[in-house]
Amino acid sequence: MIEMEDLAVLLERLCPMFVLLDRSGRMTRVGPTLQKLRPDQPMQGAKFLETFELLRPRSVATVPALMASSGAKLHLSLRDEPRTALKGLIVPLPGEHGAIVNLSFGISILDAVRDYALTSADFSGTDLAIELLYLVEAKSAAMEASRKLNLRLQGAMIAAEEQAYTDTLTGLKNRRAMDHILSRLLAGTTPFALMHLDLDYFKSVNDTLGHAAGDHVLQHVARVMVEETRGDDTVARIGGDEFVLIFNHLQERERLDSIARRLIDRLEEPIPFNGEECRISASVGTVLSTQFARPDASTLLHAADLALYAAKRAGRATHRFYESGQSSTSLEPLERAATPRSQEEAGAGQGGARNLAS
Amino acid sequence: MHGLINRAIQSFVCNTYGQSRWIRVTEAAHLGFVEFEAMLVYEDETSRRVLHELCLELGRPQREVLEDLGTYLVSNPNTEALRRLLRFGGVTYLEFLHSLDDLPDRARLAVSDLHLPALELREESGGRFSLTCHAGLPGYANVMMGVLRAMADDYGALVMLEHAGARGKAEVIEITLIETAFAEGRSFELGARAG
Repeated sequence: MIEMEDLAVLLERLCPMFVLLDRSGRMTRVGPTLQKLRPDQPMQGAKFLETFELLRPRSVATVPALMASSGAKLHLSLRDEPRTALKGLIVPLPGEHGAIVNLSFGISILDAVRDYALTSADFSGTDLAIELLYLVEAKSAAMEASRKLNLRLQGAMIAAEEQAYTDTLTGLKNRRAMDHILSRLLAGTTPFALMHLDLDYFKSVNDTLGHAAGDHVLQHVARVMVEETRGDDTVARIGGDEFVLIFNHLQERERLDSIARRLIDRLEEPIPFNGEECRISASVGTVLSTQFARPDASTLLHAADLALYAAKRAGRATHRFYESGQSSTSLEPLERAATPRSQEEAGAGQGGARNLAS
Repeated sequence: MHGLINRAIQSFVCNTYGQSRWIRVTEAAHLGFVEFEAMLVYEDETSRRVLHELCLELGRPQREVLEDLGTYLVSNPNTEALRRLLRFGGVTYLEFLHSLDDLPDRARLAVSDLHLPALELREESGGRFSLTCHAGLPGYANVMMGVLRAMADDYGALVMLEHAGARGKAEVIEITLIETAFAEGRSFELGARAG
């Protein structure tokens, strides 16, 4: 039979976090790495269960129960700070001479090497602790490089979106594109007409049939507007259900009125969606660039808004031209003219007009 | 070639010779960009052009430039993470040398698409070793010369290195370990993560 002393020497080399227990649960020998966790408190001679708290299995609270836990995985922690978590395995010595407990850090290894300034020499040659530490560092470095790449890509994506001129839902030009086109036209001498079109009853489609139906309607509306305009006209979606159309050279009121009427008529045709019919309409306000001596973008958009407001007030599905001298204050509140059906959508569908009224 | 390798060259040039010279190199090599991304993979031809233009710009032979690159990777604070990962190879320089066989696997463990050619250490007599750097990465042995030299300083070991030429497609470095604990070396604490 191997002597206890020889056994301890062997264990020190094989598993530097071992504990030899006598039958009363007192620690008779402690591995050098384990002792390193408490350099000022010699563990030898102390009671195992007074130094370590056994967290699992929970039923084990006494030395005999501990001795009987052979084969079970023990979850422990030191009783005083830092309360490093440990994993362990207990194997009783033959002839009731006590037991060997072998401990390891498990996942607490990352904190432990820092808290106790452990080195490679503190681990057995077969312990994967160093490889685990290597892997954590290597993966963190790789992850950091990936994170930086992601941040740069995200920045590039945001920049690209900001520079985009297209409304992704409808494929029409967006507000940004319209601003550019408008300022280019205003810098030149070509007269043009600007039409502000706002969908009526769009919010109730969204509310009753859902956003997928709403998106479908907007795409349909976009198609109609492209079909009803010429190639060098501009069609832009500038808000949820607000559109601006710009017609180069066009100044004839009859032509513009018939375009607006055709647009309204076609938009009033029921739009099938998943077996349902979406019904909307549109109000349109138009301004001619020649109505102002020195037109600028905000003046024209404001004037088109006023005309749109007048159209809404006239009972929707209507087209109105801007009249010089027209102002929001001279108009009656929109609500008074609204039909009961449109009242429910007064909250969202008429962004431009509502802003003027307030 | 993996972005990490290209990025290493970029970092080396910017920190050693300045950003303006790096930009000149990227323009001469017709890169169309200035920054390599560490986590993307580039055409081998791109890296070859950059290296070629870099040597022209510096007026130095490629083997010298690459050896300096190897030294830079271990000794510069910017690449401290890499030094630490190499130091995980062993407690002494001798252990580090023996860990080189695992280096390509360790690299792949960290970044799965980073493929380094095999390394093979043979121990001869009297503290002499030969390191065979297998084919696949042109200039690999030159960079390894720089890495081995700088790691010797890191461990405080005294070594002599010699590029012993090619054996078929592989290249061989002869290493003579004169003293393992010649100088203090730099500290390596397991728990101190590179920032």
